[in-house]
Amino acid sequence: MSLADQARGDLKLTGLHKRYPNGFVAVESLDLVIPQGSFFALLGPSGCGKTTTLRMVAGLEEATKGTIHIGDQDITHAKPYKRPVNTVFQNYALFPHLTIAENVAFGPKRRGAKDPAADVKEILALTELTEQAGKRPAQLSGGQQQRVALARAIINRPDVLLLDEPLGALDLKLRRAMQLELKRIQDEVGLTFVHVTHDQEEAMTMADTVAVMNKGRIEQMGAPYDLYTNPHTTFVANFLGRSNLIKGKVVGREGTGADAVVKVDMHGTIATIKASKVHTTSDEGWVGIRPEKVLIQPEGQTIDAPGAALSGAVVVDASYIGVSTDYTLRMPWGQEITCFEQNTGRRGGLIPVGTKVDVSWRPEFAFLLDSAQDVEAGLEED
Amino acid sequence: MEALQRVFGKNAAYYLIGPAAIWLAVFFLFPMLSLLTTSLSDPATGSPINGYTLTWRVQNYVEALGDYWPYMMRSLLYAGIATILCLVLGYVLAYAIAFKAGRWKTVMLVLVIAPFFTSFLVRTLSWKLILADNGFIVNTLQTLHILGEDGRLLATPFAVIMGLTYNFLPFTILPLYTSLEKIDPKLNEAAADLYASPFQRFTKVIWPLSLPGVVGGTLLTFIPATGDYINASLLGSPNTQMVGNKIQQLFTTAGDYPHAAALSVILMVIIVGMVLVYVRRAGTEELL
Repeated sequence: MSLADQARGDLKLTGLHKRYPNGFVAVESLDLVIPQGSFFALLGPSGCGKTTTLRMVAGLEEATKGTIHIGDQDITHAKPYKRPVNTVFQNYALFPHLTIAENVAFGPKRRGAKDPAADVKEILALTELTEQAGKRPAQLSGGQQQRVALARAIINRPDVLLLDEPLGALDLKLRRAMQLELKRIQDEVGLTFVHVTHDQEEAMTMADTVAVMNKGRIEQMGAPYDLYTNPHTTFVANFLGRSNLIKGKVVGREGTGADAVVKVDMHGTIATIKASKVHTTSDEGWVGIRPEKVLIQPEGQTIDAPGAALSGAVVVDASYIGVSTDYTLRMPWGQEITCFEQNTGRRGGLIPVGTKVDVSWRPEFAFLLDSAQDVEAGLEED
Repeated sequence: MEALQRVFGKNAAYYLIGPAAIWLAVFFLFPMLSLLTTSLSDPATGSPINGYTLTWRVQNYVEALGDYWPYMMRSLLYAGIATILCLVLGYVLAYAIAFKAGRWKTVMLVLVIAPFFTSFLVRTLSWKLILADNGFIVNTLQTLHILGEDGRLLATPFAVIMGLTYNFLPFTILPLYTSLEKIDPKLNEAAADLYASPFQRFTKVIWPLSLPGVVGGTLLTFIPATGDYINASLLGSPNTQMVGNKIQQLFTTAGDYPHAAALSVILMVIIVGMVLVYVRRAGTEELL
C-alpha cells in the first residue's frame, strides 16, 4: 500500500485567531485552505505568527477563535494525541533514551500496532537510516537526526505533516542537501506538508505554494514565481528577495485587457507598468524593480531595454562576487538603488566607482505598490 | 606537562595525584582501617580508654549479627518505607518545580533547602511536640474517632517512619529536580504529537529520563535513613529501635567498641550490596 492512499482531505483554517493572556495577538483571523498533497510553506520573520499557527494545527496551542478542519473533520479542540497530524520539531525533540528504531516506532506503538518492525524498516530505508537503527540520537549527525525526526513523523501516515523550521539547525551546505531530500520524500509519500520557515530561499525552492505572513496575517499567497515577480505589498517585495522602491506619481492609464498599462512619473522620467502589477488605486506609489532586472551602462552607450532610461546615476560602490557584481548607484534625487549584474564577460571588467551611468529595465518587470506602505517593511533588522 | 616534568622529574603524574591520595588516606582509608581493626579486637582485654589490640576475633561479627539482626531488619524496613514515601512525595514536588513553577522556581527550591538552616535535632524535636499525646493532631484524630481514646502517634513506628521521611525528603527532591529539569519540555510535546496519552507520556518519556534522579535520590535517602538513630530515639519507643540506636548504645553506654564496630561493618556491607544490585537493575551503572 502506498503511503499516499491514506491522506483524506484539505487542511482548512477558518477565522483562526490566537490571543495570548497578556493581550498579544499572534494570529489574526486567518483563513487558509491547504490542498491535500501539496507542499505548503508559511514564510515570515520571527514573531509573525507562523509557528503559533502551526502549533494550533498540531493541537499544542488552543485557538482563541476559529476552526481547523481536515476534510470534513473538525479538529479545532481535539487533543494533540488524537489528531491525524504529526510534527517535525525545530530541534527534532528526539527521545534521547530510545534507539533510532524505537524513536521511529514510538507513534505506531502508541496507536496499538502489535509489530511495527516492518513499517519501521521501510521508513528507515526511505530516509536512508537503516545503518543507524540501533544507535541513540546523540550518536547521529545533525542531518541524520533531522531525518529521524522526519521518519518518526511520516511512519504514522498523518493527513498533514507539520515542519517547524526543520532545517534551521543545519549548516548551509547540509541544508541545501536536506531541502532536496525533503522534497523527494514528499513526492514519494504524497502527504500534505506544511512547512514553517523564515528562510525565503528555502520556502521558494521547496514549496508549491508560499504564504507570506506578517504580524499575524497573511500578506500574500501564491506560487513562488508569482510572489517574486508580482509582490502586492512593500513587505513582500522586501522580505522575499530584495527590491528597489522608487517614489512615483501616476500620470495616466492606457490600453485595455492584457495590454493595460499605467504610466508613472518617477522624478521626471516616465515609467510604464503593466496594470496586472499595479497594487494601488491612489495617485502615488512605489515603483518596484528587482536588482537583477536593473540594467546599467556608462553614460552615452546604448542600453538593451525598450523602456525609458534614467540618466545621471553615479556608481558609489561595486562589490565583485564572482558570478555577479553588486553595484550601488546614487540617483540624481539622492536615493541609492541596487543592481546585480551577471558577469557574462560582455563588459570586460567592472564599471569603476564614480562613473556616471544610465539606468533602465524592461517595463514588464516593474510593479507599483501602495505609497502609504512603509518602504522599509520586511527589511531584516540585523 | 613538559613544564611540570622539568620541576618534578619524570614522576610528575604521581606528584599530581598526591593531594587526592592524601585526602583519601586521611578521611577514608585511615578511619576505615581503624574501624576494621577495632571490629576484630577482643572486647574483654581492651577498653575505650586503653585501646584495643587486634586479635582477629571474627566471633564479634557472629555475636553482633546474632544479637541484633531484628534491629537490622527493622532499619531496612523503616528506611525502605520512608524512601518510597520520599520518592512519591518528592517526585510530585520536583516535577512541579521543574515544569510548572515558572517564576516561582527559585523560591520553591530555596524553600526545599530552607529546613537545613535549623539543626536536624531541633526539627526532629519539634515533631515530638506536633505528634504529642495532647497535641492538636492527636486530639483531632481522637475526636474524629480515627484514633482510639488512648491511641497515640508518638512512640509508634508511624512516628519514626514519618520522621525519617520528613528529614530525608530534601535529599530525594534535589537529585530528582536536577534530573527532571534537564528534560526538554519539547519531548513531552513530541510524545503528545505521536499519540501518547498523558499517562503514556509519563511512563514512556518522563519517567525513564528521570531515572538517574530517581536512583540518586533514593540512594541518598535510603543509605543515611538505614543508619539513622535520631528519629527512632526521639520519636520512637524501645520497640521501634533501629540498628543505629544499637550501634550508638554499644559505643557510648556499653563502651563495647568491637561489637559496635562489627555491627557498623555489617550494616555497611549490606547497604553496599543492596546498592550494587539496585543500580544494576535500574540500568544506571554510569552513576557509580
